[in-house]
Amino acid sequence: MPTLMLRKFEKVCAIIDKHGNDAARLIPILQEIQEEYRYLPEEVMTFVAMSLGLSPAKVFGVASFYAHFALEPKGKYVIRLCDGTACHVKSSEGILNALYKRLGLSAKVPTTKDMLFTVETVSCLGACGLAPVMVVNDKVYGQISPEKAVALVEDIVKKEDGPNV
Amino acid sequence: MCELRDAAEIVFKGRAGLRKVVICTGTGCIANGAMDVYAQFIREMTTAGFNIVEMFRGLDKVTDPLKSIYLSKSGCQGFCQMGPLVKILPEDILYNLVRPGDVREIVEKTLGSGAIIERLLYVNPVNKERCRSQKEIPFYQRQSRFVLKQCGELNPEDIQEYMAIGGYEAAKKCFIRMTPDAICKDMIDSGLRGRGGGGFPTGRKWEVTRIQADPKKYVICNGDEGDPGAFMDRSVMEGNPHSVIEGMMIAARAIGADEGYVYVRAEYPLAVKRIRMACADALKEGILGDSVFGTGQKLHIHVMEGAGAFVCGEETALMASIEGKRGMPSPKPPFPAQSGLWGKPTVINNVETLATVPLIMGMGIANFRAIGTRTSPGTKTFALSGHVANTGLIEVPFGLTLQEIIFDVGGGITDKKGRIDPEGFKAVQIGGPSGGCLTKEHFDLALDFDSLKSIGAMVGSGGLVAMNRSTCMVNIAKYFMQFTQKESCGKCVLCREGTKQLLFLLEDIVEGRATLETLDVLQELAGAVQKGSLCGLGKTAPNPVLSTLKYFREEYMAHVVDKCCPTGECKALAKPEILADKCKGCTACVKKCPVGAITGEVKKAHTINRALCVKCGVCAAVCKFDAIVGV
Amino acid sequence: METAGHINIDGRDVPFTDEKNLLEVIRKANIDIPTFCYVSELSVYGACRMCTVEIEGRGLITSCSTPPENGLKVRTNTDPVRQIRKIALELILANHESECPTCTKNTSCKLQDLSKRLGVTKVRFRSVKKPVPVDDSAAIVRNPNKCILCGDCVRMCSEVQGIGAIDFAYRGHDVVVQPAYGKSLEEVQCVNCGQCARVCPTGALTPRPEVDDVWRSLNDKTKTVIVQIAPAVRVALGESFGYGAGELTTGQIVAALKMMGFKKVFDTCFAADLTILEEGNEFIDRVKTGGTVPMFTSCCPAWVKYVEHHHPEMLGNLSTCRSPQQMFGSVAKNVFAPEWGVKTEDLVVVSIMPCTAKKFEAKRPEFQDNGIKDIDHVITTQELAQMINEHGILFRNLRPEALDMPMGFKTGAGVIFGNTGGVMEAALRYVYEKVEGKTLENCDFHEVRGEAGIRTAEVVLAGKTFKLAVVHSLANAKILVEKIRNRQCDYHFIEVMACPGGCINGAGQPVSFQPDYKKRRTDGLYEADKMLQLHKSQDNPYIKELYERKLGGPGSEHAHHLLHTRYSSRRRMKGRSMVIVDGNRKDKIEIRVCVGTSCYLRGAQDLLHHLARYIADKGLQEKVQVKATFCFEKCDKGPTIKVGGTVITHCDFAKATAAIDKAVGALTVEA
Repeated sequence: MPTLMLRKFEKVCAIIDKHGNDAARLIPILQEIQEEYRYLPEEVMTFVAMSLGLSPAKVFGVASFYAHFALEPKGKYVIRLCDGTACHVKSSEGILNALYKRLGLSAKVPTTKDMLFTVETVSCLGACGLAPVMVVNDKVYGQISPEKAVALVEDIVKKEDGPNV
Repeated sequence: MCELRDAAEIVFKGRAGLRKVVICTGTGCIANGAMDVYAQFIREMTTAGFNIVEMFRGLDKVTDPLKSIYLSKSGCQGFCQMGPLVKILPEDILYNLVRPGDVREIVEKTLGSGAIIERLLYVNPVNKERCRSQKEIPFYQRQSRFVLKQCGELNPEDIQEYMAIGGYEAAKKCFIRMTPDAICKDMIDSGLRGRGGGGFPTGRKWEVTRIQADPKKYVICNGDEGDPGAFMDRSVMEGNPHSVIEGMMIAARAIGADEGYVYVRAEYPLAVKRIRMACADALKEGILGDSVFGTGQKLHIHVMEGAGAFVCGEETALMASIEGKRGMPSPKPPFPAQSGLWGKPTVINNVETLATVPLIMGMGIANFRAIGTRTSPGTKTFALSGHVANTGLIEVPFGLTLQEIIFDVGGGITDKKGRIDPEGFKAVQIGGPSGGCLTKEHFDLALDFDSLKSIGAMVGSGGLVAMNRSTCMVNIAKYFMQFTQKESCGKCVLCREGTKQLLFLLEDIVEGRATLETLDVLQELAGAVQKGSLCGLGKTAPNPVLSTLKYFREEYMAHVVDKCCPTGECKALAKPEILADKCKGCTACVKKCPVGAITGEVKKAHTINRALCVKCGVCAAVCKFDAIVGV
Repeated sequence: METAGHINIDGRDVPFTDEKNLLEVIRKANIDIPTFCYVSELSVYGACRMCTVEIEGRGLITSCSTPPENGLKVRTNTDPVRQIRKIALELILANHESECPTCTKNTSCKLQDLSKRLGVTKVRFRSVKKPVPVDDSAAIVRNPNKCILCGDCVRMCSEVQGIGAIDFAYRGHDVVVQPAYGKSLEEVQCVNCGQCARVCPTGALTPRPEVDDVWRSLNDKTKTVIVQIAPAVRVALGESFGYGAGELTTGQIVAALKMMGFKKVFDTCFAADLTILEEGNEFIDRVKTGGTVPMFTSCCPAWVKYVEHHHPEMLGNLSTCRSPQQMFGSVAKNVFAPEWGVKTEDLVVVSIMPCTAKKFEAKRPEFQDNGIKDIDHVITTQELAQMINEHGILFRNLRPEALDMPMGFKTGAGVIFGNTGGVMEAALRYVYEKVEGKTLENCDFHEVRGEAGIRTAEVVLAGKTFKLAVVHSLANAKILVEKIRNRQCDYHFIEVMACPGGCINGAGQPVSFQPDYKKRRTDGLYEADKMLQLHKSQDNPYIKELYERKLGGPGSEHAHHLLHTRYSSRRRMKGRSMVIVDGNRKDKIEIRVCVGTSCYLRGAQDLLHHLARYIADKGLQEKVQVKATFCFEKCDKGPTIKVGGTVITHCDFAKATAAIDKAVGALTVEA
């Protein structure tokens, strides 16, 4: 959609302007841009580099250092499974495997072909009291089990298929 | 009208006639549906005709206290597994596991007629008695909630409430009536030590920064709590953000900084939101800004959200990250106090440390030193998790023993299936991936910075993970190594390559490929990484290995020499076995085994064919009689 | 210098003065502390841990990052220190493609050297090297399989050269050093200066070898192979054969080259003399006719490429003169080949250069005619040493031989081209006489000599004061360019060399660990100047003859054709452009707006913003495709946009919308 891309580009310009073209603000700038695109497209990073007077290699170096920056597009639903100590000792691995199996994913292929789901692990979500914990986009689910996790996925699939059925 | 001198009382205790309902909205409770409960309270109270007051300022307008309710959100109250928690004052009733469906009953019965709803009270698992208030719950009884006290009571989004209970008074005193060197001296005298890891004296850090000649200085709050299994800083930032800001203000005044940063981990969106809000509110009140308390002194505080790198908890890496660079640590010296953010003298303190500062200034040094031990005054928050009955956020004075924490606060050790197992204790991992293990021999160790250091562990950020006897310690060491290896920034050789090789060696051990030489190489490499790495994270990365090697060497030997994992956790070495005396021949395992490796007749002991077995462990999980072991 | 204190190193008191760190003090005590990531001209990094020492009361600490302090007690070789160093080495080796015998860096590799020195005879760790492809550019070979992540190249590229073409990417065990997005060096703004390769301790970054091509030509009976030797080569090659830095070995080099089969051995200094006459005249002409000043020298191909990438708006300031290497090739192929009776396609011209960028320069399309390059092969000083060794020539036993005429004859002016300040000085020797019309008696211009990164001087010629600047390392050049752009200075003539110290420190030179090698090599060139009979390019009789017989005067049309060139701007990054509006119609009009640096500065972003709004307001979304691209190579005339096939320079909103309206109006009504 033409207007969507235009809006995104203007947003990128506005973000860079807002931060005063300041190279020290690179991380917040990339964070805000990622909110727009849901990942960091190469050409946008080059544009940012140019605007901030940095080399593109430097911008890519920063973007690829931090786990939160996505260099590839992610699915509509990002499932983040906590593998912090508390979750780990409560067998979060089994949940991960169940999700991988249900969605046909792996650590190397974290996003479904239909761009609906991305499954990743995070080191700790800080909700250890509720271990094991899983986050779908921004919603936290505590004391999850492999069955519950798969059921959540089924619910989303059903919801997404809904209007077409 | 509400008198301000009653303010603290209203906030903490409620007032006869004007009830206060506090709903915990820490991340744990929110995950359990606390926001739905909150919304339901608004609906039900409106229906019931109550006048709802949501912000402290609104109390001024209360004309009919009996028909009004002070409805407030609080930060984490610590008992996350029982959330959402709802507290009702002045009766001090604590309801747990509250669902939206329970709200009408609470409004009608408890708020209407003061009746207690028994089924929403916490049941003490030991004596099955119902606990009416927080005070009666064993989890809280042995704790001294000091830094966390206000977290569970204040509305983190209401600066007025914080100010009403005397918040920002300490900062005001420092800005108006105290000189920077006097503040530093007080801090040194208080004996406060950094809560973020090593326990460096806070006052000394400030003093070194204060005496730097550069007119531009920074204060940074390190909220990049990344240890898996730790969430104390999160709770403080979410539950009492103003105390953190106030601590930063005092630090800024002490060193002469006019700019500050709060660096918050990106996984903590709620903390980011609340700290941002707190800064904005403080700015509006003239507490921060171009003229702090009208003194003409400047202080601006920015909030920076991390982008997902554990290593940014290391102070030089954190500063690199604020500067917009890759979060890679740089060698010290120069120390941040000499050359920190953008080359300027900088103080970096951890969240909990900063939140403690205004409390010390408020209560006086002597009173503070009365808590805790001589060399480690005060309290420490821990995130208690793993195989204990009560998990959650706890705060205890330094000097409490391990036994008291695990059994009195934690309620004892649980087994694989969540049941209390009095004999189940194996170890406690303290301080996350940088820490070490404590074992039965440390039960009576009074925990503080120095006692822990002396046995090769550290307070670290305060993660406390209990492990029962079904946990394989080699596997745990491997887990932590996996973590640090993944989170290594990749700058220095020893950490980048060393943790990778340590992980390989541990894998060799748990997968049965190791020889005795593997153990020697493991020990030597771990020692070199510990001594030679660039930053604190690298230096502490081998701690879990060294500490398990020290206390659980026989377990390593079992893996290496006998090719056997005593707990059965290491699948490659598992030797599953059905104990004939326990097996009732119920055939549950036969039905579940995916490869048909179990045979046996009904009501007769079964056997496993190890040649067929894929060690998936399903059989042991379905066995009701604990007859299947070694997998 | 006054002593600032003493440090006890391994039991002996060592005074220190202004050493930056403990490592330097320890080196002063004649202990060569091992390190990979400490390079004195770069910032301290502290990653390799090799320079760990034990300080009493402080424990193990890296000496590179520790400031010297009076009274420190340091031990440099205790058991814990040795253990850390050895384990670090073992760890590096476990993640390194250790194919030493076939590595270009074999015997000059620091990793190899330290492994031997520290007695690492066994690696107890599992190999974790996952092979990745090698990036082979025109000038530099980047082999990540040999990278030990010391970051010397990264800091060199950004701190000294101000470019940042390569940087770290990813984290932890996945860390790599690479150009942005994992592209190849040729796809990014690398200027081929090779300084990264100069500091690389292993074979991860090396000059692209061309030795085999040269042997093939030499062994081809149908070819006549001639060679030119750049000024800086003669003061450095000897280092590969045990001579000190700065020792002249020109005669032996000639002898060795003759033994290898080169028909004629010439001197690039001859072409440098020629350059001076062309460049000097160009300068005088620019001043006279009010042309673009300051004029930048153009001898350094890394600098030229830098301007093309980063400051295309300043291309007009670059002298149009080809570099001496290219002038040599052009004259050899176009003027002398016919005289020698050799067909152009059978004449092979080889350059021996201290430089990696020269390899790229020789391959530029401007310097080829119908596929015949003016310069066929460029080898570095290092490669020459390798050829001498390969041939088995005992270099130290050779009797010096003379260069061939005419292109072997040079003046001292041509020789000092090899160090910073030399081109400027040579030019002054010519311009002075030309403008003043009288003989210059003392031709040493000490004011432009020296080591400072940016040096300035003034000369009065015919009553007018001229401001001059000499700059080396591109980060310094960047500073100067910024000043010029902001009109904070008004220079007339600026010499730029990309490598710190000039060509004597080029990436193709032998690797030296001698602390003062740069100065020694420079002194060697000034010495060579002194020893020659003539010091002014205009006095070179063979140059005079060349002009008289073949070229006409300096700056003549024929000279211009053979000795000058043109420049064009280069995109910094090959890759996709940002699509901003993308209509569905097949015949949509393509609108490209340049947001490259100079257009960006001229308001391209605003223009793009307004255009996009305009398109939305007019409902033209379906009929156009708008892209933000990087560079149309019209940077001096930005903002630049392209509507359909038409490029509009100095574009503003009115011009742009008029062009868009026109283009859209011409679209047929959609069926």
